[in-house]
Amino acid sequence: MKIAVRYGADAVFIGGQEFGLRSNADNFSLEEMREGVQFAERYKARIYVTTNIIAHNENMEGLKEYLKGIEAAGVHGIIVADPLIIETCKQAAPKLEIHLSTQQSLSNWKAVQFWKEEGLERVVLARETSHEEIKEMKENVDIEIETFIHGAMCIAYSGRCVLSNHMTARDSNRGGCCQSCRWDYDLMKQRDSEADKNVFPTQSAPFAMSPKDLNLLHSIPKMCDIGIDSLKIEGRMKSIHYVATVVSVYRQVIDAYCEDPDNFTIKEEWVRELAKCANRDTASAFYEGVPSFEEQMYGKDNGIRKTNYVFAGMVIDFDMETNTATIQQRNLFKVGDKIEFFGPEIGGFSQRVAAIWDENEQQIDKANHPLQIVKIKVDRPVYPYNMMRRENH
Amino acid sequence: MKKPELVVTPGNLEDIGILAEAGADAFIIGEQAFGLRLAGEFKREQLRKAVQLIHNYDKKAYVAVNGIFHNEKLDAMKDYVSFVESIDADAIIFGDPAVLMTVREVAPNMKLHWSTETTGTNWYTANYWGRKGSKRAVLAKELNLDQVTEIKENAEVEIEVQVHGMTAMFQSKRLLIGNYFRYQGRAMEIERKGKDENLYLYDHERDNRYPIFEDENGTHIMSPNDVCMIDELDELVDSGIDALKIDFIFKSASYKKEVTALYRKAIDTYLNDENEYFKQAGEWHAKIENIQPKNRKLDTGFFFKETVY
Ligand code: SF4
Repeated sequence: MKIAVRYGADAVFIGGQEFGLRSNADNFSLEEMREGVQFAERYKARIYVTTNIIAHNENMEGLKEYLKGIEAAGVHGIIVADPLIIETCKQAAPKLEIHLSTQQSLSNWKAVQFWKEEGLERVVLARETSHEEIKEMKENVDIEIETFIHGAMCIAYSGRCVLSNHMTARDSNRGGCCQSCRWDYDLMKQRDSEADKNVFPTQSAPFAMSPKDLNLLHSIPKMCDIGIDSLKIEGRMKSIHYVATVVSVYRQVIDAYCEDPDNFTIKEEWVRELAKCANRDTASAFYEGVPSFEEQMYGKDNGIRKTNYVFAGMVIDFDMETNTATIQQRNLFKVGDKIEFFGPEIGGFSQRVAAIWDENEQQIDKANHPLQIVKIKVDRPVYPYNMMRRENH
Repeated sequence: MKKPELVVTPGNLEDIGILAEAGADAFIIGEQAFGLRLAGEFKREQLRKAVQLIHNYDKKAYVAVNGIFHNEKLDAMKDYVSFVESIDADAIIFGDPAVLMTVREVAPNMKLHWSTETTGTNWYTANYWGRKGSKRAVLAKELNLDQVTEIKENAEVEIEVQVHGMTAMFQSKRLLIGNYFRYQGRAMEIERKGKDENLYLYDHERDNRYPIFEDENGTHIMSPNDVCMIDELDELVDSGIDALKIDFIFKSASYKKEVTALYRKAIDTYLNDENEYFKQAGEWHAKIENIQPKNRKLDTGFFFKETVY
C-alpha cells in the first residue's frame, strides 16, 4: 500500500481481514488500516477497503462492528457488492463512502441510475464495458465511475462464476476462488451412438479460458476525455516492484495527458517500462471491443512471459558523501550486472554493479541471500524505496 | 402446511400442455435475447400463445428477463417488458436493476421475481429486493439446506429454490468456444456453438463433464450433475418454501413429463401423508435415475455440502 502511494496512486484499495474477497489474516487489521490512512494522508491519498463478498446468512454476524471499526480507522470508503453490506453501512457507518464493486457486473446506465438513487457515491463497472458504453453512462448519470485499467481479471462476468464452488467446494463469491477457469479441459462433443469425440483430437493445446491480463495504457487519453473519475489497477498478490512500476507508469501517462492533451503521445519508454514487470501477456479486453482468441492464453507457457528484468532490490538508504546506496536484496545480483534504478524522485537510470559490500563491510561478488542488506556504489543519488532491477544474465 | 408451487421450464408450446397435465403449477418462458439459459426459445408470438395456454390450464407464466444488459439493449428490453405486460404474464424474472427500473416505468403492476443465479445468498438481500418491489427471490444454488430454510424463516418475500436439474456455473461475455476454434485455426467456424452442439468440457482430474454453449449472452458452463431432491423434500416443504423449481434445460420431452409427474406425486404425497412419502421416495429417485441422460449423475447439489472460502 505504501509503495502504491509513494509511486503516485491517488487512492489505494485494500482488503481487510473479513468480508472481502481474498480476505485472510494477512490482510489489514483495523490497527494497520488506521496506520495506512495516516500514511496516505501525508500524500493526500485515500484508502478504500474492499468488503465485497456476496454474503451468506452467517456472514451477517459482526458486520456492523466491523464497518464501525473501519469508519473509526478513518478509512474513506468501502467497495461493496451485496446490498446487505450497503444498507448496513448506511446505518452503522454513515461516514464511509460506498462504492459498488465490479462483482455486481454493472453494464448499463439504467442500472447505474438505480445505484445512484440508492445513494452510492461511486460505481465500479463490469470489466465487460466498452468505451462507448461508459461514455453513455457518464452522459446519462451523474455519478462517479471507476473502471479497471490494468491487472489480472476474471474471464467470467464477476460474481457470475461458481466454478470453484462446484469443483473444489470453495465459494468464489466469498473469496475462495481457486481459478478453476485457468485449468485445462478437453472440449468434447457428446454423441448418442458412438463414444464422445474430442473436438480437436490432435490438439496443439487443450481448451482453456485463461484471459490475458488487462492493459489499457493506450486507452488512457480516451478514458480521460469521457471523464471517467477513477482508474483502477489490480495489484493484489503482486510484488512491490510490480506495483511501483505499474503505478508510476500510469501516473506519468495520466499527468502528461492532462497537462497537454494536444501534444500527447504514448511514449515508447512507458510501454517498455510496463513490460519490465509483466509476468503474463496483456491485452485491452472489452474496453476496445469484445476480445477474441488473441486475448486469451492457450497451451503450456503460452502467454507466461519472461521479462528481461528481475526485481533485484530496494534502496533503504543512501550516503551522499560516498555515493553509496544501502540495498535490501530481493533477487540475486552480482558484480558486473547491468542494473536500473527507478523511483518518483529520480525517474530512472541504469548502470553496472561495480562492487558489493556486505553488512560487515566485506567485499563480496554477489548478493544471493533473500533480504540481505548490502551496499553498492551508485552513479546518481537514490532515495529510500527506490527500486532496483537487473537485466537478465 | 403450505403447498409449494412446482415451477418448470418447458422447451416449447407442446411441452406446456403435457407438463401442465403432469402437474406443473408454473412455467418459466422467454427468449434468449432477454433471458438466460432457457430450456426453450419463445419468440413474441409463441410467448403470447404460451401465456394463453398456461392460463387456460389455470397455471402461472413467468417470463425470464434476467440477462445482464448493456446500454444497447435497454430500448429493446423496455419494449419487451411492455409486451410481456400486454400479454398478461404473471411475473417477470430479473437480475439486472435496469429491468426493475424499466418495470416501474412502463409496467408498474407487473410482479417481479429477483433471480441472479449466484448472488441470492442471504435473507437480508432477498428482503432488500423485496423492498425495491420484488415479490419473490430465487435463491442461489450454492446454499445448503440450513441456509435455505433460515432465509425462508426471515424472508418477507416468497422464496424459490431449484430442486432438480442442471445448474449454471459460469457466464462470460466472451465467446470462449469460438475463440478456441479460431485459435485452432478453424477460422471458418464463426457461428455460435449453441446448445444443440452438445459440447462439454471434460475435466480429467475429477472425471466431470461440464456442458458448455454459446449464445447472444456469451458463453455458459453448466453443472456436471443434475440436482435431484425428490427424496429430500420434507425439510423444504416444512419450512414453507414457496416454490420448487425444476430446470429442464437439455432434457427430452419424455424426461420432462415423467420427472414433473414424479415431483407432483412427491409433493402431494408428502402433504397428505408423510410416512407414505418416505416409503416411496426412494423408488421415485430410482425411477429418475433410470431415465437420466448418459453421463449425467444425480446428486443433491449444495444442499448437504459445506463450502469454504
Ligand atoms: S474461476 Fe476464474 S472466472 Fe471464475 S471467479 Fe475464479 S478467476 Fe474468476
